[in-house]
Amino acid sequence: MAVLGINIGKIKLNNPVMAASGTFGYAQEFEKLVNLKNIGAIITKTITLNPKAGNPMPRICETAGGMLNAIGLQNEGADNFIKEKMPYLSKIGSPIIVSISGNNIDEFFILARRLDKIKGISGLELNISCPNIKSRGLVAQDNKATYEVVKAVKKITAKTVITKLSPNVTNIVEIAKAAQDAGSDAVSLVNTFLGMAIDIDTRRPKLGNITGGLSGPCIKPIALRMTYEVSRNINIPVIGIGGIMNSNDAIEFILAGATAIQVGTANFIEPGVCGKIVKGIEDYLRKHKVEKVEDIIGALNDKK
Amino acid sequence: MKDIKAKILSNKKIGSAYYKIAIDAPYIARSARPGQFVQIKCSNSLEPFLRRPFSIHRINGNMEILYETVGKGTEILSRKKEGDFVDILGPLGNGFSLPETSNLEPRAIIIAGGVGAAPLVYLTEELTKKKIKTIVLIGAKTKGLILCEKDFKKAAHEVYVSTDDGTYGSHGFVSKLFHKILKITESRFNTVVYVCGPQGMLKCIAEICQERNFECQVSLEEKMACGIGACLGCVVKTRSGNKLACKDGPVFNANELIWP
Repeated sequence: MAVLGINIGKIKLNNPVMAASGTFGYAQEFEKLVNLKNIGAIITKTITLNPKAGNPMPRICETAGGMLNAIGLQNEGADNFIKEKMPYLSKIGSPIIVSISGNNIDEFFILARRLDKIKGISGLELNISCPNIKSRGLVAQDNKATYEVVKAVKKITAKTVITKLSPNVTNIVEIAKAAQDAGSDAVSLVNTFLGMAIDIDTRRPKLGNITGGLSGPCIKPIALRMTYEVSRNINIPVIGIGGIMNSNDAIEFILAGATAIQVGTANFIEPGVCGKIVKGIEDYLRKHKVEKVEDIIGALNDKK
Repeated sequence: MKDIKAKILSNKKIGSAYYKIAIDAPYIARSARPGQFVQIKCSNSLEPFLRRPFSIHRINGNMEILYETVGKGTEILSRKKEGDFVDILGPLGNGFSLPETSNLEPRAIIIAGGVGAAPLVYLTEELTKKKIKTIVLIGAKTKGLILCEKDFKKAAHEVYVSTDDGTYGSHGFVSKLFHKILKITESRFNTVVYVCGPQGMLKCIAEICQERNFECQVSLEEKMACGIGACLGCVVKTRSGNKLACKDGPVFNANELIWP
């Protein structure tokens, strides 16, 4: 295995850097700005069974060291995705992981069944944690619901399944364990934190949806702590997400226990950042005379 | 489109809160079209976090941006000096489209509201270069907010000015000036109207254009995160569904838009 290679379920990634769902469109948007083949894996914008228009504007809002988003899963639906987006995605040469979300278990099941047939898809990431949809709580806030969704999806597909966890919970380790028990090949954490901002002149929320998901460097300490706790308590690979802006950040997550990391909001600031992070990890391994990135997964010395 | 590190050649204050910055960006100077924009990273720190979108004001070997200091990003940009470097992503967006060939002689009426003048100077210069008759209407609240009059006078065939408070040029909204111009000019032209400015003004001009059956191209402004069509944060409501201001726009056909 090459110096940076890692495995997530059945997927062999050339390096541990993945482009996070919702921040990379369907990859073609970035083709002129980054070498797509060089990214460990690409996770698409979440697709739903039927088209979704998304939330009213304003959908984004800058915050200190980050941003809020309330996009609302705007997408053209599964059939359109397969017809219009998969042809380009399957030619990239990097593993393609499709993020899916459903209003209920049946929709997750149907989506997984439809996408299971597509050769160009290496895996599915279950978006059970999007905070912007109008519904009673989230699947990701309930370990039983998480278990049922993962179980249903694993029943219908042999492709690698990654369960993306929400941090808006009391005990994220409990949810991670439920996903593991149901057969998830890996978990990714964290999705965005529920937040809001107010315009004091108009006295209105800055987001049309009132609340939204917080991302960016400001969430990194919490995301990192959660990655550390989850990876110490489950056996399946953990993919760390949250405010990663450079290779130093990425290495923190790997040392904490992450097998791979996802880069999200940073893509908006610097479209070529994924490529830079891959190189930065390489440089770190060379500098510290580490043979392969696997050797530093969870290598944090946390003796008190 | 490319993400490039470019040197600032000059950054001058041209009004109460307006600046003109010239940047050495030959790639953008070569490939940009009127109506396109760039995403500028205003600082190397986390403040402000996101890039800021700016329409391309002029290309004269270098790229020029005209901007108003409205918040954190623009304040920081205004303090940058000749010799400083900034990261620029661009050119982005669809840009204006020129009048199509028809039996009638083409004519462009360009309407600038306040700092909406910024992208319209480049457009006017290009239209005039292509031998299309250009009539520019500049409107603002008051004399101090009239921008680019000299640039427009150099580039366009005719220029008219109005201020809401009458302190300069005609007295009244620029839409009133638009009506006046239409009364005194001939209708043997294939007229295309290009407009950029505050939303109320855009809606008003669009309505007049619809009455007269003029094609009307509107340049919109939205808050943006990625600027390249990936995040879906800048949607505009149109008759064919949600469109992205950064990728499908920022220029839209007025009769496609669903006004709020």
